[in-house]
Amino acid sequence: MPNALTAAVRAPEAESVWTSPILPQPGELIVGLIAFGILYWVIAKLVVPRFEETYAQRTAAIEGGMEQAEKAQAEAEAALREYQAQLAEARAEAGRIREEARSEGAAILAEMREKASADAARITEAAHKQITAERQQAVIQLRSEVGRLATDLASRIVGESLQDDARQQRVIERFLSELETADPNQVRTVATPATEGS
Amino acid sequence: MRLRLAAGEGFSPPTTEFFWQPLVGDGAFAFTRPMLLMVLSVAVIAPVMVFVAKRMQVVPSKGQFLTEGTYNFVRNSVGKDMIGAKEFRPFIPLLFTQFLLILVNNLFEIIPLLQFPTFSRIGFPVALTLVVFAVYHVVGMRRHGVGGYFKRMVPPGVPGWIVPLIFFLELITYFVTRPVTLALRLMANMFAGTLLLVVFALGGEYMLLEGSNLFVRVASLGSFALFVIMTFFEILVGFLQAYVFVLLTAFYIADSLAEEH
Repeated sequence: MPNALTAAVRAPEAESVWTSPILPQPGELIVGLIAFGILYWVIAKLVVPRFEETYAQRTAAIEGGMEQAEKAQAEAEAALREYQAQLAEARAEAGRIREEARSEGAAILAEMREKASADAARITEAAHKQITAERQQAVIQLRSEVGRLATDLASRIVGESLQDDARQQRVIERFLSELETADPNQVRTVATPATEGS
Repeated sequence: MRLRLAAGEGFSPPTTEFFWQPLVGDGAFAFTRPMLLMVLSVAVIAPVMVFVAKRMQVVPSKGQFLTEGTYNFVRNSVGKDMIGAKEFRPFIPLLFTQFLLILVNNLFEIIPLLQFPTFSRIGFPVALTLVVFAVYHVVGMRRHGVGGYFKRMVPPGVPGWIVPLIFFLELITYFVTRPVTLALRLMANMFAGTLLLVVFALGGEYMLLEGSNLFVRVASLGSFALFVIMTFFEILVGFLQAYVFVLLTAFYIADSLAEEH
């Protein structure tokens, strides 16, 4: 170090005013100004514009990247919303279908119940009709039987022939109406269909 | 140095004469060692910066990253923060040039063979300070007009009788204190640091070679150790002084541009 420091040093004139630490030597001042001027020119013309350009480019690139990221995020959010909407829709659809099935089931049940009761009514009615018809038939048969029996009986008692149809008919009528008036409680069931039948 | 010559008469510490190192000629316009270093620094900085600038890429290489880090530091941490985002752009080249020039020349202090801080010679700090001095007065006068520039030195709301005093003090601040301290701070820091290094180096050498007994000769190791420690310390000082210089430049410019002082 001392050698390097002193290598270039010539024996200084002891009385030189330029050894003063605070007295600027004009030569050094001028060289300083010129050196600064040259460097300033280079920096201002060739260096700073390029640095600023790159700085702006980088800022733009970073902002572009951020924009892209924001876009991607927005897309993801949209997809999520869509998915959620679809999910909700599917849920609603499932609910609707379930509801529909339930109401349909209920309708089917009601229909079947109605049909069953209608069937029952129909069957009952048919049975009623059959019974009525059968009874009517029985009444008619009974009436002709009773008439014949009565005629036979009367002809045997009276001894006269009652072969004459008109007379026979009249006698039966009279007999039957006598039966009706004599004891309504006993002959009611027989009398009613008899009048209906005539 | 005369220390060798004086060795027989005991150790004489280095003096301010150490910093006067004319290489060619003599007197006011002698070509001195710091001049050579100043020229060398420009010859190094300019091509390197142009080379880096030419090959600038959005995604930086290692070298570009370092240069750009320095640039962004001066641009954003100093220029933008001090002067303001609206007006700092025209001053970037000034601040960046100052920073590079001062930093490289300060680091010359500890680079082997060069080993001389250019700015320890007052002529160089004065040269830079003259530029700063001109810049902050000119931008201030352009902004506020010459009359307005002087008028705003006195803050509003000051009682009438005190205005002349304040004005006088501000005038001294703007035209004497600021430039003188700016130049002297840089010069004195580099000057003192170098003087310390030279003392430790020469003192250690003297003790080692001329020591009267073994103890003194061994003690020279302490001197050399301090020389090494101070060398690292001087790296820090070199950065710090470059930073302080551009920071104050930016502050003076911002102050001249501001509406109120």
